[in-house]
Amino acid sequence: MIRDYFRVLVVDLATGKGKVANVPGRDEVAGGSGLGALLFTKYGKADRPWDDPEQPVIFAIGPLTGYFPLMSKTVAAFKSPYHDQYAESHAGGRSALALRFADLDGLVLTGRAPRPVAVVVGSRHLELKEVHYLWGLDVQESGKLLRRMFKGSGHRSILRIGPAGENKSAMAGINVDTYRHFGRLGGGAALGAKNVKAVVIIGDGSFPLMEGKDYPKLFEAVYRKLTATDMMQKYHNLGTPANVAILNEQKALPWRNLQATTDPNVHGITGERFAETALLRNAACAGCPVGCIHIGFSRERFHADYRYFYRQVSYDHEPIFATGSMLGVSDCFAVLDIIDVVEQMGLDVMSAGVALAWATEALEKGIVTENETLLPLKFGDHNTYEMAVRHLAYGANDFYRLLAQGTLRAAAHHGGADFACVLGQEMAGYATGEVFFTSQALGLRHSHLDSAGYSYDQTHRDKDVGQAVDFLISDEASRAFLTSMVACLFARGVYNEELLAECLQSVGYGALADNIGAVSGNIQKLRWQTRLTTGFNPAGVSIPKRFTEVTTRKGKVDGEFLTALKDAYAQCIRELAPRKDHP
Amino acid sequence: MKILTTPRLERCIGCHSCSLACARLVHQRLSWDMAGIRIASSGGLSTGFEARTCLACTQAPCAAACPTGAYSQRRGGGVIVRKNICIRCGECARACPVDAIYLDPTGDPFVCLHCGKCVPYCPHDCLEMKEVGGGGPAAKAEAAEVAA
Repeated sequence: MIRDYFRVLVVDLATGKGKVANVPGRDEVAGGSGLGALLFTKYGKADRPWDDPEQPVIFAIGPLTGYFPLMSKTVAAFKSPYHDQYAESHAGGRSALALRFADLDGLVLTGRAPRPVAVVVGSRHLELKEVHYLWGLDVQESGKLLRRMFKGSGHRSILRIGPAGENKSAMAGINVDTYRHFGRLGGGAALGAKNVKAVVIIGDGSFPLMEGKDYPKLFEAVYRKLTATDMMQKYHNLGTPANVAILNEQKALPWRNLQATTDPNVHGITGERFAETALLRNAACAGCPVGCIHIGFSRERFHADYRYFYRQVSYDHEPIFATGSMLGVSDCFAVLDIIDVVEQMGLDVMSAGVALAWATEALEKGIVTENETLLPLKFGDHNTYEMAVRHLAYGANDFYRLLAQGTLRAAAHHGGADFACVLGQEMAGYATGEVFFTSQALGLRHSHLDSAGYSYDQTHRDKDVGQAVDFLISDEASRAFLTSMVACLFARGVYNEELLAECLQSVGYGALADNIGAVSGNIQKLRWQTRLTTGFNPAGVSIPKRFTEVTTRKGKVDGEFLTALKDAYAQCIRELAPRKDHP
Repeated sequence: MKILTTPRLERCIGCHSCSLACARLVHQRLSWDMAGIRIASSGGLSTGFEARTCLACTQAPCAAACPTGAYSQRRGGGVIVRKNICIRCGECARACPVDAIYLDPTGDPFVCLHCGKCVPYCPHDCLEMKEVGGGGPAAKAEAAEVAA
């Protein structure tokens, strides 16, 4: 529904009651990322810890969600258990369209339910259903039961957490519709702390469209553009795993806790190998014809006879990096086996893989012993990693409980911070060089998607600090606008400012269309202000020594350049958004 | 006379582009319900998708059940719906054995008109307009066989 304000359902989990709030600010912050920060400013408690019952967990969509193709993502915003600061995480699946058709621009969960609940919302529905019997079940088991319990098959989104979220692991993600995730920065724990096992969004509303032919004509043009470009081919064909071989060739694929950036054994885990041997089919987020979700299989022989069961497991570049190259595992089916356990446990795959890579090196170096790891962790030994993933999710002992709060937390206690591959959070799968390391370490989401630092590394060999930082800041602003629409960033090559303005205009958001530059700036500033107000100190960020020991295509990482970039970017962030105390 | 068929639905990726196109282009709505074709997962996302759409019956139970004559038999299969004389009783939806008719909260029925506007929006070519003589499920099966 087109409206010049945000329609937000605020649910108090303690009482089970909700209220619809009409929040002004559409023309200032647009939606999505902007709306997440705005709602945190309104409902969040900057000075209280992440698990204070009053802290909100926010889900937000944007003005173009559902109206145009690939406007198919949802922004989750919450105070993170990882760093106890404001955080954003993004996911697709059906979550965005389900919120659109539930007629909600935002959903805010506050308070703590007295017992485990599933929160069920729709355009004419609000229910908190007690689900104590689901607590303790893994993501797949609880998903199956939730599908049976609630109506709306095909037109609903089921968000749920696994044991990691219930145990308040800072690496717990929120699973969305089986194959997508609000993975990073501990959103699963934010729900777990509220006793929310699941959020079911029923998209059972519909809206009249604008009269005239302008909108359907523009939709047609955008659809053709998106499906005709090679972007469709790139993300649909091999998908993001195409990067595995490319990055390995470019000496930019982290191997064995970033002890190397290339390895000849890559052939077992390339996008091509997955597609040829393990790919079952593709799937799509609702509202996106690209179908970038690649689903492979993991099968297990459970009997001496040829008796098997199998599971379907989605894979992408990042999970392959995290459970493959980073752990020295170079067989695609072994990778899928580990991803499968990560999925069941409801962990963020990047965080889990990178944390276990550190634990393996720590064990190798004698910094920790098997008394801590409980297992003889060894690069390449996928069976041991499957068990270690469970230990991490369940917090099997003090070591795993600490590791689940972040690799640097474990390193602070045991030592080994020099080789902790942490850039704000556990690194993403791009060891391209100084600009990427800086962009993830200081990016608002600590995500490889905050800005195209990896791409800058791949195309620039100069060491111009000012130019690189200007690029990061301006690229971040344009991405912040896209994630406020909320577009999938795979469409960023098509949705330029001009096209976004046309799209906004066609559905009735003329003011936003006319002010994209200024609104992007507003959103960027508001997000940083929110993050800084919750305690982020960009000048205090340090990048572990391991990142300076790496050799990339550009040669050995230049520690001085890295430090200069980090300091300059930190300064820019400070200037962009001076800290403001919450009212 | 042509009917909409779904001969390659095993390829469906669940993007809902067909439903959204029908709602947008035929019914001027933003919706994945108010459409003549609707996509649902067949028992969870891991088992693929199914389409809820009119099978183009030649003796349509929905037309027979309609008490006002708003539904009438379409030549070649399917139905023609005149909404101006529909009383929103919902008998059509209850009569359809394959759940092809969606009733909105006011009881307004949405069923496939076999116009084919959804077809070009399927990125995996799951849908196809087929020329049918007599129409009906038998002809549709035949059409699907030819397509395969």
